[in-house]
Amino acid sequence: MKYLYYPGCSLRSTGRAYEESMLALFKALEIPIEELNDWNCCGATAYVSIDETEAFALAARNLELAENQAGNGTVDLVAPCSACFLVLTKTQRYLSTYPEVSRKVNDALKTVGLEYEGKTRVRHPVDVIVNDYGLDKVAKHVTRALKGIKVACYYGCQIVRPFATFDHPHYPTSMDRIVKAIGAEPIDWPLKTRCCGGSLTGTIQEAGLRLSRALLKEAEKRGADVIITCCPLCQHNLECYQGRINNKYEETIDIPVLYFTQLMGIAMGIPEKELGIQRLFRKPKFTSVSAKGGEAVHV
Amino acid sequence: MSIVPIIPSLLVKDSPAKVPRKISRRIKFESELDLSFGESVAERAYGENLLSCIQCGTCSATCPLSHYMDYTPRRIIAMVREGFKEEVLNSLTIWLCASCYSCYVQCPRQIHITDIMYALKREAIARGGYPPRHPIPVLAREFFSRVKRHGRNTESFLLVSLYLKTNPFAMLKEAWLGTRLWLSGRLSLKTESIKRKKELRTILNAVEAEKGDGHQ
Repeated sequence: MKYLYYPGCSLRSTGRAYEESMLALFKALEIPIEELNDWNCCGATAYVSIDETEAFALAARNLELAENQAGNGTVDLVAPCSACFLVLTKTQRYLSTYPEVSRKVNDALKTVGLEYEGKTRVRHPVDVIVNDYGLDKVAKHVTRALKGIKVACYYGCQIVRPFATFDHPHYPTSMDRIVKAIGAEPIDWPLKTRCCGGSLTGTIQEAGLRLSRALLKEAEKRGADVIITCCPLCQHNLECYQGRINNKYEETIDIPVLYFTQLMGIAMGIPEKELGIQRLFRKPKFTSVSAKGGEAVHV
Repeated sequence: MSIVPIIPSLLVKDSPAKVPRKISRRIKFESELDLSFGESVAERAYGENLLSCIQCGTCSATCPLSHYMDYTPRRIIAMVREGFKEEVLNSLTIWLCASCYSCYVQCPRQIHITDIMYALKREAIARGGYPPRHPIPVLAREFFSRVKRHGRNTESFLLVSLYLKTNPFAMLKEAWLGTRLWLSGRLSLKTESIKRKKELRTILNAVEAEKGDGHQ
């Protein structure tokens, strides 16, 4: 099965390492993936705060383009950014649930000769790797089992809420299972899907930093060596504001925050440069140290 | 310690500053409310269940930001339903909602609270009644116009225009982080844009035109 790839704006900027590591990972796992031509911004949480129908039309253009590019049958559109994933999923759901929304959006699309038939399935790379590809196959690719590395899997909000398409809305486990498959140890922590503050770190910083701090403190308390995320904004908040959080709240937190694709890539022996590790502000200490190699750990 | 609860009026003698200068009404009369507000919000926000809220407070308990809000989500729902339009649209609550959808999935009445917050943001932005230079509506507007023009967002320019329009001094504070991001290749200074901009513009204009025809 072939996948179409929807990068979204963040993966071309702050989340560049996410794109690099995801594509490198898919290549290593031999999962075919191709970029969606001329995709536009999903609208995120901001566009819908101004105009809702336009926001749906904006997202629907991407769903339609995917349908066109794939030709016949249903198509899987992979959106790694949580905001893109949610907005595209939500648009899809609302178009099929509310006929009035669907009519307005399709009327607008028709003005340029497009029509969305509802054949696009929005997928997240975590979902693709766990449920389509399979963790037993992932484990076979592991060349450097990350033994003894304690990992806090941070999912963030929008990949599981409000539409728990592939995992539980408050206590998901997909990434934890990935972590086990690559030989590391997922820690049990209750803040997996608690909000990191989102764009509040740029707007109402006091509130945003407090939310991120709660996550970092809990991960630290539970002995995490590293936090992994699957959202570019969560990664940015938890990594880039760590210094500021330490200054402001007199903390001494020092935890690297990686994309789950980077951690998988490290375990599979993909060169660090291809994974964008050099772009991190806090580099994981185990990349060069614990590369004991050899044994893959079975799930 | 006395077991008699401290009633403010009992303290008046000791602290003359507490004497109310002006007698004013502490409640609103029904005639001053917008009684159709609840229904109109419900209609716009897929909130058909809004009117059946049981005020259990699960939304407020699960909200990670409720301790920064002037009215908790539960109170906002009650106020929307009862027609406290002015208070709701002037509240900080609607701007603090970070769209984490925690309340949306927890609500025992399946009320789409996040959609309601979006509907309230839109109404507040449309009538311009938000606090001046408030960063969140400014961010939404800047994002909206950038995406409409280019089809994509460029994070670096979005942030620069946000700071220029809200708090230019904050930009100095962020300059170091921006430089580090740029040095690590995580901040692009090139305007991102799609190829078929005209196509996108036509779609979005068509949506706007239909609204002009009297449909909402």
